[in-house]
Amino acid sequence: MTELNSPQTTAPPKMAAQGVNVFYGEKQAIRDVSLDVDMDNVTAFIGPSGCGKSTFLRTLNRMNDTVASARVEGLITLDGENIYDRSMDVVQLRARVGMVFQKPNPFPKSIYENVAYGPRIHGLASGKADMDQIVERSLKRAGLWEEVKDRLQDSGTALSGGQQQRLCIARAIAVDPEVILMDEPCSALDPIATAKIEELIHELRGRYAIVIVTHNMQQAARVSQRTAFFHLGTLVEYGETDQIFTAPRQERTKDYITGRYG
Amino acid sequence: MNLYALLFLVAGLGIIAWLTGRARAARFGSTSEHRLHSLPGQHGLYVALWTTVPALLFVIVWWAVTPMLATDAVIKSPQALQLPAFGYERDAILNEVRARADGSEYGFYPLAEQLAPLYAHASSFYAWLGSGLALLLAFACGAFAYTRVKADFRARTRVERTVMLVLLVASLIAILTTLGIFLSLLFESIRFFSMVPVTDFLFGTTWSPQVIDPADPGKTLGAVPLFWGTFFIGAVIAMLVAIPFGLMSAIYLTQYARPVVRKWMKPMLEILAGVPTVVYGYFAALTVGPAIRDLAVSLGFTYASSESALAAGLVMGVMIIPFVSSMADDSIAAVPSAMRDGSLAMGATSSETICKVLLPAALPGVVAGVLLAVSRAIGETMIVVMAASGAANITANPFESATTVTKQIVDLLTGEAEFDSPKTLAAFALGLTLFLITFLLNIVALRVVKKYREAYE
Repeated sequence: MTELNSPQTTAPPKMAAQGVNVFYGEKQAIRDVSLDVDMDNVTAFIGPSGCGKSTFLRTLNRMNDTVASARVEGLITLDGENIYDRSMDVVQLRARVGMVFQKPNPFPKSIYENVAYGPRIHGLASGKADMDQIVERSLKRAGLWEEVKDRLQDSGTALSGGQQQRLCIARAIAVDPEVILMDEPCSALDPIATAKIEELIHELRGRYAIVIVTHNMQQAARVSQRTAFFHLGTLVEYGETDQIFTAPRQERTKDYITGRYG
Repeated sequence: MNLYALLFLVAGLGIIAWLTGRARAARFGSTSEHRLHSLPGQHGLYVALWTTVPALLFVIVWWAVTPMLATDAVIKSPQALQLPAFGYERDAILNEVRARADGSEYGFYPLAEQLAPLYAHASSFYAWLGSGLALLLAFACGAFAYTRVKADFRARTRVERTVMLVLLVASLIAILTTLGIFLSLLFESIRFFSMVPVTDFLFGTTWSPQVIDPADPGKTLGAVPLFWGTFFIGAVIAMLVAIPFGLMSAIYLTQYARPVVRKWMKPMLEILAGVPTVVYGYFAALTVGPAIRDLAVSLGFTYASSESALAAGLVMGVMIIPFVSSMADDSIAAVPSAMRDGSLAMGATSSETICKVLLPAALPGVVAGVLLAVSRAIGETMIVVMAASGAANITANPFESATTVTKQIVDLLTGEAEFDSPKTLAAFALGLTLFLITFLLNIVALRVVKKYREAYE
């Protein structure tokens, strides 16, 4: 299992999961999943609907805590620290592990305030000038600056879908996280907006550890270096993206990749 | 003929019409080469509607005018020459005639006893005539509808249109009632304002309807103290209670409470809204009022009244809490959960998420809820009638007494009321003002809600 689930890496993993089980009430959504996420690579989670890939993603920044019936077992570490430990402050954790959602969800505030939201609640800026700088840098990294620099006070909800999603990415990177989790970030976008987000993921790679859940196998092949295939709550196969798509070791992976089901 | 028997007959005819109409349509359906346009049942319904509705309308009108026709017959009779020519006694006798004819055995006027059989006779004649006409109408209209039943006859469309008409009438009744209320208020107010200048009423600061100078009634009918009292009790004190508690309970229920707690607490809060206001009135007058007076006295206000503005306002505020809470609850719950998740995923705490994301997003809904609550509070009557004083003071001291528009309306209209004195008519002017204010508040609130809804869909 270790060989199967851990592609060869040199650096120690940024995040590591060992024997993770997730339950919603009585129902088990994730069964004994172990995998590593490293800093230099984009990791993609693929699999058919309901396979647990989004659920697993949400355990990585404890967003499942907001679901009353959810229960997580097993060990998940960030830089070797157990994120489900009592001493772990969930506020700190989420500042270090940011998240971008399936549907763009900018707050009904100005573009500027959307990006400034995180730095403000975490007290990252020491003044107006500092904040301006953080907002500009984040929007630039998210590739949105040129489009919105003249209308920072406009409402974030007035942007197009693709721009909204890049605004959400800017919002996430404004707090300078170490890991960014993306839950099907392009599923609500048109092909051009999708291409822009994918390009952005390429540019962000290396600066942040990125984990992306996607329905779209071509997208996984395009943006990721590692791919994990989930099916029925289990991790079927995890490895180099090239290997998963060209020479899957598991029969189920091969069937899914070739479109036999899902 | 007895009215009930007639209605029963018409209903029976309706059933027969439905059966025959349906049968005829079914026969067309089986013999004609065309397919039936509508289902046989719809044809049946069409015939039945034609049979019953015109007849019933006729019955309603006829039974409304019958007493008049019968009275006319009585008056034309030779015995009626003994009736007094005009005035109160004549009406009283005629009323007694009607009552006796309907079976009452008590009365004062011997003449009424003589006239009663005449009236009974006439009204029974008109009842038979009306019944005959109604049945004839039912037959005629039913037959007309029956002949129209053909394979390609669009009975479905007609029936649908009738249904729409019925629904339209039902909804118009509420609107027309509102309009009627408004007009009656308006006409009485116009009479009032012909005696008292509008400016005296709206800007005068002395309100004491007990001492009206006939030469200048406007001098003591200045409504400013009432408007101030209403505003002070309903919009200030009551809202100081209702807004924070309502909002906080809504936040607790939507964001913090576990499902089990919510399941129990929400209905309990809603029970508070179902308590009759007169019970709140007792509570305010007998418990809260004296307690606040004692408190005020211990604070050094020696002349504190037990009918303080504070007592009425506090209890009114408690009454409004569930109202504010449920409006706020709805608008917070309407904020997409993606907003909340987005904020939490940024590392915001629950309270930061509520203050910075949920409440701003829900604000228009909350504001609308508060406006509706204010309009309820200023229209609230029973609590202030029982707990507020009648003294029209302009004061910002909550321990002093203040009075409200609704309380004064009740005071003006209870007891002996002459409906042409400025004192009584002032009640209508007050009512009109209150109506217009709450109406405006409601319109503003609905507009705010509408605008807010558009933002998320």
